[in-house]
Amino acid sequence: MSLGKIKFDKKIVLSFWIILIALIIAAPTLLPVFRLNLLGRYLSLSIVALGVDLIWGYTGLLSLGQGIFFALGGYCAAMYLQITSSSEFPNNIPEFFALYGVEKLPFFWEPFRSPVFTFFAIWIIPASVAGLIGFLVFRNRIKGVYFSILTQASLLVFFNFFNGQQKLINGTNGLKTDVTQLFGQMVGSESMQRIFFWITAVLVIAAWFFAKWVVKGRFGNILIGIRDDEPRVRFTGYNPVIFKTIIFSIAGGLAGISGALYTVQSGIVSPQFMTVPFSIEMVIWVAVGGRGTLLGAILGAVFINYAKSLVSEALPASWMFIQGGLFILVVTALPEGVLGWIQGDGPRNLLQRFGLKRKIETYPSLEVNNKEGNNE
Amino acid sequence: MNNKNLLNLIDITVSFEGFLALNKLNLNLKKGELRAVIGPNGAGKTTFLDVITGKVKPTKGEVIFKGKSLVGRKEHKIARLGVGRKFQSPRIFENLTVKENLEISVSTPKSPLNLINKSIKDEQLNEIERLMKIVNLAQKVDSKAGSLSHGQKQWLEIAMLVGQKPDLMLVDEPVAGLTDEETDLTADLLKSLSGENTVVVIDHDMEFIRRLDSNVSVLNQGTVLCEGSMETIQKDQKVIDVYLGRPED
Repeated sequence: MSLGKIKFDKKIVLSFWIILIALIIAAPTLLPVFRLNLLGRYLSLSIVALGVDLIWGYTGLLSLGQGIFFALGGYCAAMYLQITSSSEFPNNIPEFFALYGVEKLPFFWEPFRSPVFTFFAIWIIPASVAGLIGFLVFRNRIKGVYFSILTQASLLVFFNFFNGQQKLINGTNGLKTDVTQLFGQMVGSESMQRIFFWITAVLVIAAWFFAKWVVKGRFGNILIGIRDDEPRVRFTGYNPVIFKTIIFSIAGGLAGISGALYTVQSGIVSPQFMTVPFSIEMVIWVAVGGRGTLLGAILGAVFINYAKSLVSEALPASWMFIQGGLFILVVTALPEGVLGWIQGDGPRNLLQRFGLKRKIETYPSLEVNNKEGNNE
Repeated sequence: MNNKNLLNLIDITVSFEGFLALNKLNLNLKKGELRAVIGPNGAGKTTFLDVITGKVKPTKGEVIFKGKSLVGRKEHKIARLGVGRKFQSPRIFENLTVKENLEISVSTPKSPLNLINKSIKDEQLNEIERLMKIVNLAQKVDSKAGSLSHGQKQWLEIAMLVGQKPDLMLVDEPVAGLTDEETDLTADLLKSLSGENTVVVIDHDMEFIRRLDSNVSVLNQGTVLCEGSMETIQKDQKVIDVYLGRPED
């Protein structure tokens, strides 16, 4: 039927994984440090894209505010790094506090002395904030474009708040992480960056399997049901509010992990992570890669961002036009995204158009289904 | 006396900004009964279902189902109490397969934790197979529901309704767009469901209603005009005036 439905040989799958793992292990020796670091950052962005795919591609919730959760994860990681590296500064608190005359560490920084707390905070805090916002919005049956506007408005609220709090979190300057220490090593150092790259690669794969597990089976089918016909789900006895809250919270947690990984690899977290264009870009990665495909979200995030850096190096200022054009192309010509197009009948239709492939004469599903029916 | 009835609608009034969609509607259903509801366009047939299923809150009046009031309850809670609904145009999940559609309807409990953690129970799988045989979709298990013909979609939705095991089935125009043969089969199917289940069928198709061979309630301007067997209502002068004799259009 379609490419996506072809059952790949086990050997092919196995060799794919072996090659992928070999590439990940070898990447630090194959790529110069600068490129490796970029790849690591873009891979970490693919985790937030997976979350966008879960809520938008599967559940139909177009959030334009994922930057909130992304930045929260980043701030959690940066606060821990800043505070563990502050022993030589006045009052043993991060250096920037001195600029604003703050002598005592604000109370909410305290728990971030603990690496264990931070490890959990990175995903639990964004997930809880997402869960709370989600529950209030979904309970009031706000959906569609109103939901999108509301998430964008929340993003702006968070942006303005973080931007203005110099005395608490260094406001618009953000928190630097590259000169901080982690386990006795400089975070921005080459060896640390290599480790972060590997951690990111492993977490992307883990997040991908996790997302696949979430959408597989009946839970995922309910999400699709909510996307396609929410009242019908309700009349079948399910409470969509709970399902939507859970998936929005999961996407928030993924965004937090993504933000933390991105922060340690780019060396800073700042309110710039909560700007409106950045959150919209996340949606574009998923749209271009393919909504509801998961893998498309990962590929979209990595390839678009890599293209962005390559294009920006060669032709500065032209990237915005290319990105806009890409989005328009996807909306008009490939509504399913690139991967959705490949998995669907896209390639076959293209070949047919050039006369390279015979047209199907029967209803495509007939033959296939009869075969399957007989097996039952 | 009331506890013999599965459902009582008492003086239901629904006002949409002054327009009375339902006006002091009273209707009682016995357990195991098959009831047809007919009426001209705008008589309030669909609003009547909306009130029972919780989509519309009545301005006045009371809905008692199995001794409990349904007014003010959320849709999914009412569905879990045992009220199932089939919509006018087939409302199935087109991007899911026939089997997945039925899984959604037969799965219990309907909590996220149960759905994500556990695989479907064997008896529920058997139930799905039974349902697919009843509605002749066994050959289509793994087809996308969106690729089905209109009639098959209608039947899939009826199967989903049955799979929910509701005590009360509300069926809105189940034969719209079906061939004569399919209409007959649907009528037989609904008849076979009553007895064990309580079924309310809303339709325009008089041939179909006659074939159901059940009590009929005629709705007009938001209130019950007349109730009785098909013969009784066909002789009723009021019914002839508003509905049978000269169509509203």
